[in-house]
Amino acid sequence: MDKTVNQKAWFLVLPVFLVVAFSAVLPLMTVVNYSMQDTFGNNQFFWNGVGWFKELLDPSTDLGGRFLASLGRNLFFSMVILAIEVPLGIVVALSMPRQGWTVAACLVILALPLLIPWNVVGTIWQIFGRPDIGLLGYVLNAIGLDYNYVSNDIDAWVTVIVMDVWHWTSLVALLCYAGLKSIPDAYYQAAQIDGASRWAVFKAIQLPKMNRVLLIAVLLRFMDSFMIYTEPFVVTGGGPGNSTTFVSIELVKIALGQFDLGKAAALSLVYNLIILIVCWIFYTVMTNAGVERRTQAETEPAAARKPVGALQPVPALQPKEGVA
Amino acid sequence: MARIDLVDLAHSYGGNDAALESFALKPVTMTWRQGGAYALLGPSGCGKTTLLNVISGIITPSRGKILFDGQDITPLSTQKRNIAQVFQFPVIYDTMTVGQNLAFPLKNRGVPKAEIDKRVAEIGRLLDLDPYLNRKATRLTADAKQKISLGRGLVRSDVAAVLFDEPLTVIDPELKWQLRSKLKALHRELDLTMIYVTHDQTEALTFADTVVVMHDGRVVQSGTPAELFDKPAHTFVGYFIGSPGMNILPAEVRGREARIDGHVIALNRSYDRLPAGAKIEIGVRPEFVEAVAPGPGLLTARLERIDDLGRIRFARTRLGDARLAARAPAGFSSPDGTAGLKFDPSHVHVYADSLLVEGAA
Repeated sequence: MDKTVNQKAWFLVLPVFLVVAFSAVLPLMTVVNYSMQDTFGNNQFFWNGVGWFKELLDPSTDLGGRFLASLGRNLFFSMVILAIEVPLGIVVALSMPRQGWTVAACLVILALPLLIPWNVVGTIWQIFGRPDIGLLGYVLNAIGLDYNYVSNDIDAWVTVIVMDVWHWTSLVALLCYAGLKSIPDAYYQAAQIDGASRWAVFKAIQLPKMNRVLLIAVLLRFMDSFMIYTEPFVVTGGGPGNSTTFVSIELVKIALGQFDLGKAAALSLVYNLIILIVCWIFYTVMTNAGVERRTQAETEPAAARKPVGALQPVPALQPKEGVA
Repeated sequence: MARIDLVDLAHSYGGNDAALESFALKPVTMTWRQGGAYALLGPSGCGKTTLLNVISGIITPSRGKILFDGQDITPLSTQKRNIAQVFQFPVIYDTMTVGQNLAFPLKNRGVPKAEIDKRVAEIGRLLDLDPYLNRKATRLTADAKQKISLGRGLVRSDVAAVLFDEPLTVIDPELKWQLRSKLKALHRELDLTMIYVTHDQTEALTFADTVVVMHDGRVVQSGTPAELFDKPAHTFVGYFIGSPGMNILPAEVRGREARIDGHVIALNRSYDRLPAGAKIEIGVRPEFVEAVAPGPGLLTARLERIDDLGRIRFARTRLGDARLAARAPAGFSSPDGTAGLKFDPSHVHVYADSLLVEGAA
């Protein structure tokens, strides 16, 4: 196929290029610049080369130890909430009504947690879980469970996980529901005729048809939970000790607590790279597994074809790095 | 395999209390013979898909009963009825191979593996799907997918009937012919009752030995293609079957004569006891009216145009407000724009309020 050659068309890209340059590339370059230097305040900088990066990956140093420990906690956290939210979201979507006024009611109720600002979510659970005045904490202690997220590691973890499940399962459920709604009735009728059980219908029709929205859901939830900051910071402040200190919390401690801009910048870059690489691997694996499904992509609704946009949240990372 | 009886069956999407006139399927009582090839023919919205879905159990009828071999199965769910249905658009299970797709209805019913493999191989062979049995079903073309759907309908040997809901809509015309003759061959080979819904008369007439014509929620006639052609029981059947459709003309009928505009047309039978006050019409197929040069004793019509279908020519004429098509023999031409019409009395039928009236000999 012959392409029309028109170099002037590049001018159309120019505005976007400028916006991206000032909003993303230039701040990012500042971070790259800092990551190679050490500072002792007073705007004095000393060249450090790749020193911070070496330290980051070496668990025997202070920086590396803290980074790798928080990275481990973060990965564990993401795995746990994915393992809970994805199946739970599917179950919720499956049990939602398919028509009538109850659909609207369910959608509104499900959407509510998503509309609450993140630090408010943290505050809600911080108060909700307090043993003295919080409904949850008080009731748990009243029935004889020794629950205190301020002093007990496990309680703190459970609180943070339950909070995330409460906050974000709706997103998975809504995505799955959209996937389910796009399945034509003929599929269910055919399955009835073929004598399929409820489980067989799920396995043969619903799960394969939800495949693409589930990919989006897992990607979004992985990235969001891997970048989590506000809610655990408000609830536990990363404690007790360092037990709920995730990478982003560690980053803020280093950048703003210690004002170690060089270390913090190096950490941000590695953090960013990890997310990019994990998402890329994940997306490639999932789309390759779905290559056979491509032919039928044209019959799928546009809503199910958004995964490309799922990689976009990367610029959303920048504000957090801007902090550094 | 079973005989299917519909007893006073009716369905309304608005519930049982709706006025009978608004029912999607008006009360019908009829029998589907075991091993028959039926076509359910009618225009869109005439209730044929509703009837099909009622038989398969996707819809529970508002009124009446369905009997399989004399046994009332109306309250049974689709899964418990022994029925197969193929839908308008191909339904395939994405994650399975072609073979697994074909095996799905059997596997769900706990058929032993050896038996499943045998049936799948057989159906795969009959539908020419055997090269694909181990391939994923999603990558095939639309017609191959529809063949899989057909195969899933045919794979169970014990079904009471296989229902087809316009299964060839998505198929290219060329392949349509192939698949239709394949279905016909399968019907002979497998000895299954097949009910085939379509709005395409060619499809109905070539597939079925009994064609059931529906109009406005009612079954208006069921019979062999020849019966539908020669003796339409309802003016709608006359008009819907055949191309061009039957000519329907308002007329006064007395004894062995029909009068149109004072002109007498001879009838083969005598109609003395026509219902009073009914709308009387005569119907005659274009094949049995000949357009000739105008002459004495002939009904004269204004000629509008001549359609040349290659094998046969039809003269389109106008009689007052009514339109009438007539066979134009070779060499027919009309210099003054009029044509005389010669009716074949043995093929002129009389209708009272759209229903065929049998005359006395």
